[in-house]
Order: sequence, then structure tokens, then C-alpha cells
Amino acid sequence: MITTDILKETFWSLSANKVRSGLTILGIVIGIASVITMVSIGQGAQNSIASSIQSIGSNLIIITPGAQRGSTVNAGRGSAQTLTLDDANAIKAEIQSVTAVAPDVSKRYQVTAKGTNTNTQVVGTVPDYLSARNVAIDSGTFVTDQQVKSSAKVAVLGPTARDDLFGVGADPIGQNIRIKNIDFEVIGVAAAKGGSGFANPDDQIYVPLTSAQHFLSGDIFVSTISASAASSSAMISTQQQITDLLLRKHNILDPQAADFSLVNQSDIIATASSITGTFTILLSSIAGISLLVGGIGIMNMMLTTVTERTREIGLRKAVGIKKIYINMQFLAEAVVLTFFGGFVGVILGWAASMAVSNFVPQLQTQISSSSVLLAFGVSAGVGIVFGFYPARRAANLSPMEALRYE
Amino acid sequence: MIECKNLKKVYQNGDVETVALGGVSFSIEKGEFVAIIGPSGSGKSTLMHILGALDTPSEGTYFLDNKEVSSLDDDELSQLRREKIGFVFQSFNLLPRTTVLRNVMLPLLYTDTTEQERSQRAKECLVYAGMEEGKFYNLSNQLSGGQMQRVAIARSLINNPAIILADEPTGNLDTKTSHIVMEAFQELHKKGHTIVLITHEPEIADFAQRIISIRDGFIESDIKKS
Repeated sequence: MITTDILKETFWSLSANKVRSGLTILGIVIGIASVITMVSIGQGAQNSIASSIQSIGSNLIIITPGAQRGSTVNAGRGSAQTLTLDDANAIKAEIQSVTAVAPDVSKRYQVTAKGTNTNTQVVGTVPDYLSARNVAIDSGTFVTDQQVKSSAKVAVLGPTARDDLFGVGADPIGQNIRIKNIDFEVIGVAAAKGGSGFANPDDQIYVPLTSAQHFLSGDIFVSTISASAASSSAMISTQQQITDLLLRKHNILDPQAADFSLVNQSDIIATASSITGTFTILLSSIAGISLLVGGIGIMNMMLTTVTERTREIGLRKAVGIKKIYINMQFLAEAVVLTFFGGFVGVILGWAASMAVSNFVPQLQTQISSSSVLLAFGVSAGVGIVFGFYPARRAANLSPMEALRYE
Repeated sequence: MIECKNLKKVYQNGDVETVALGGVSFSIEKGEFVAIIGPSGSGKSTLMHILGALDTPSEGTYFLDNKEVSSLDDDELSQLRREKIGFVFQSFNLLPRTTVLRNVMLPLLYTDTTEQERSQRAKECLVYAGMEEGKFYNLSNQLSGGQMQRVAIARSLINNPAIILADEPTGNLDTKTSHIVMEAFQELHKKGHTIVLITHEPEIADFAQRIISIRDGFIESDIKKS
């Protein structure tokens, strides 16, 4: 009887004051929804920055030929031609922690197509280049192993090169381009990676490695070898293994005299982790401030509505209802309001972050369960404490004082 | 029925002591209709709070139905109010936006009665207090002042109390409605209910059968009409 009475009283009391209940729920809904949405946007931004950094290929090791050390004049690093396809194959075959090896032959050429022309980087490479350098294909196909074997005259355009040669957004597949007076058939277009300053990865044309060697450079050497380590923690050991392997293959005993050098992206990784750290702080501040603001809103709503009802509490006491039942009823009301508001708030927050993803495609928001739990927990806690505490205080007043309360 | 001996109430406000009741003794028999009259500040409200078990006296004893009230704790006072006392307030004190029937059933919450019993008793009390049956499901804020006070009277009757305490029940009503409400009290008196009425208007006090005047915390006169 007591339990059903409390439930009925809660239901009646909340439904008899729809505006008041509605406003209280609204306060809770906004508090929770704003925390969830803000955190999901922040997390989405963090992910999008992290993936931008990943797109460069954060576990990438680049092997470049060493300098020509002559008797008097030393040329710059990379000017020597010491790396071959053989070296790349050996790295791939012998080093376990390497997931992709992509040798390339790169040089700038004047490229023409149907009356237009541009000067761009032509990269002769192998299919592994896609995973080593995080290149994605937008339409058509990339260079295949078969085409590398047969030195096929095919080309894959970077989006900028495509725009320059065929016009923005055109479909060049099946058409021919001319590099060094040799026709290459366009078989695919790479997806945009976004410009990264001086070396724009979108302004490139990819051809099979062997085709570049036979028709363009005319020798057996490669410009660089890109190797991708399995994880960032395996970078240092992988780098050491590659150095040892190449020294052995090139018959060099003194590591100081190596005719190649390795560059990795540890600087980028360091930068990335400092950006991520800053973002974590930013996110926590946003969540903290939203929670504070939401919590204060909920507290205000609860305090005013319950204080407004001091007379009602006085009446209930005057007609002989015991304190404990008054306390239980107000506790039940606070629980129902905060849970209902919390539920709606979670759904609204979820919908809002979906909407953000929908309207701003480059920002994929991500809802974290911890933010949902935190927002819900704090709002429910604040709502219940500030719904219950003033009611308890009023129930402790003498009924006359409570009845006379203005 | 009611037995007061030397009731004193002193309010302590910082260093200042305010004596609201200076020592009041009287008794009220079952079936009496008593008006307690006095100007504001006379101590009649304090007396009414003590009689209504809403407050306890600083000194003295108060027996209600042979039960000593002055030493009870908060929950025991609640229990006593529920079982023995029916209140009618000046400002009606109905739950807003709630039906007439639910207002009358309020004192039965958290008791062992079923929903049917409650509404059955509430309807009986409403009819008894002269409320039209068509208004039982109206919301309390849609009623006139006179109707609200009838609902309040019905609510005071629901537990079949030993006494009905009416605190300025006509204070918010016009003269005509006041008379109607007072006639309703006289009606209850004729049916054998014990009624204690607090007022500052001699005209309203005249409806009662016995008038106790209070001034400055003491009884000034205690007149029974024949």
C-alpha cells in the first residue's frame, strides 16, 4: 500500500504540474545533452587530427641513398645511386616486423594530355606503396604486381594532377597521358590526402616501378625505399635490422661509411602525441565546464521547485502524514525527473552529435560511453540531492512554519 | 475531551524572549462548539497550534482524548493529528491542480485503506459537508472560495476526528459565503462533532455556543451561551 501510494503520489504530483516538471526535465536534458555533444565533437576532432597524422604514415621509415664521398668535393645526401629493387625485396623477405616495402623512382617531368600540360612528380612504384604511404584509390585501380612485372604503360593520377590535366572532377580513366613522349593509359585516380606544404602528395602520377626504370630513368636504381613498421614501438628495432641488412648486402663493414641513410617519423609521432595530449586537456575542460553549468541549472530548478512546495509539505504534515513518507515521495519525484530527463538527454545528445557528423562530414563525432555515464551520473546525483535535501528540510520544519512559508 | 493546564509558550529569538501564552487553563467537553477570539498578537494562534498538535507548549500539560500531547515527538504528533484532529485553514490549503476527491483523500495516504474505501469515504464526507456531487472531479483551483472551504471541511472529517480545528475559516471569504460556511459548522455541531473555531471577528464567534476571549496570552473571559 505504501509503495503504490508513493508511486501514485509521485505520478500525480508530476503530472498535475506539467509545466514545472517539464522545465525541470528540460534543465536536465540540456545539461546532459550538451555534455555528451560537446565531448563527442571534441573526441571527433581528436580522431580526425589523429587520422590526418596517420595518413602521412606514422610508422614509416624512409631509406635514401647516401652521399657520394669523393676525394675533394662531397655531394649532398641522396645524390648517390646505391639502392636497387633487390634491396627492397631483401628487406621485405628478411625482416619480419616490416609490413610493407615500397621502392620508388621519382622525378619531375613535363606531362601532357590532350592539349593541356603540367610539370609534376612521376613516381614509379609497386602496389605496397598504397599501404606504406597511406594512399587510397578513389576510382579505378592502382598499379598491380602484374603491371610491375610487365612494365605496363599505365598511370594512376593524384587528384591535383588529374585536375590540372583533365579538369576538376573529370573522369580520366581510359584516356592517355604523355610522359617523356611515351603514352601511358590512365587506370585510376588516387583519393585526396590534403596538401602538406612543399611536397603535395596529391600532385603526383604513379606508374609501375619497372616502367619508370625502363622508359623514364633508364637505370636500375631507385630513389627511395619506404618501409612501414608493424607498430610505432617496433620502429627502432626495425630500423636497426634494415641498417644491418643493407650494410651486409652492400659489403660495408664500418657503419659510419654507409652509402644510405634512414629517416623515420618519430618527430611526427612526438608532435602527434603532444597534440593529442592538448586535446585531452581541452576535452576534459569542456566536459567539466558543461557538467558544472548543467549541474548548476539542475540544482536551481530543483531548489526552486521544491522550495516553492514548502506549503504543500506543511499541509501534508498538518493532515498527519509522517515525515518519512514525505521524504520518500520527494525522493521518488527527484529520481523520476532526473532519470527521465537523463534518458531524453542521452538520446538528444546522441542525435545532436549524429547531426553534427551529418552536416560537417569532415568531423566524425564519436560518443564515448564514459561521457554518457559521467553526464548522467553527475546530473542524477545533483538532481536527487537538490530535489531531496530542501524537501527533507521542509519536512523537518514544524507544519505551521511550513504552511506559513512564502 | 480537551484538558489544558497552565499552558505556556515562550519564543526565544536571540536574546529576546516573547511570551505568547502566559498560562492558560480550560477544558472542552465532547460535542461543544467553542470559539476562541482575540485580536492579533493575543496568543490565539499559538493556542490553536498547541491544540492542533502542530506545536508543543513550553510548559503545562495538554490532554486530548485522555492522551498527554505535550511530550510527543514529531512522528507521534503526526499520528495524533491524523487520527484525532481535522484542520480547516484560513487559506484553504488545498493541493493545487488536483481533483476535489484527491484533496479529500489526502489524509488517508499511506494507511491500510484500499483505493475504493478511500474514495467511498471521501465522497461521503463531501456530501456530508454539502458539496455538490457534480464537482467531485473538478480541479481545486476551479472552485469558488466557499466551495474550497467545503472541500477543506470534508477533508477535516475524513478520519472521523475527535475535534475539528478551524483557524479563521472565514478570513478569506465574503460575508455571505462566511455565513454559509459557519452554518455548515453549526450543522456539524448539531450532528455531535466537537468544533474549536479561532477568529478575531465577534460576529463569526457568535455562531459558537461558547466563547473564550484571549488577550496578551491570558484568558480574559469564558462565556457559555445557554
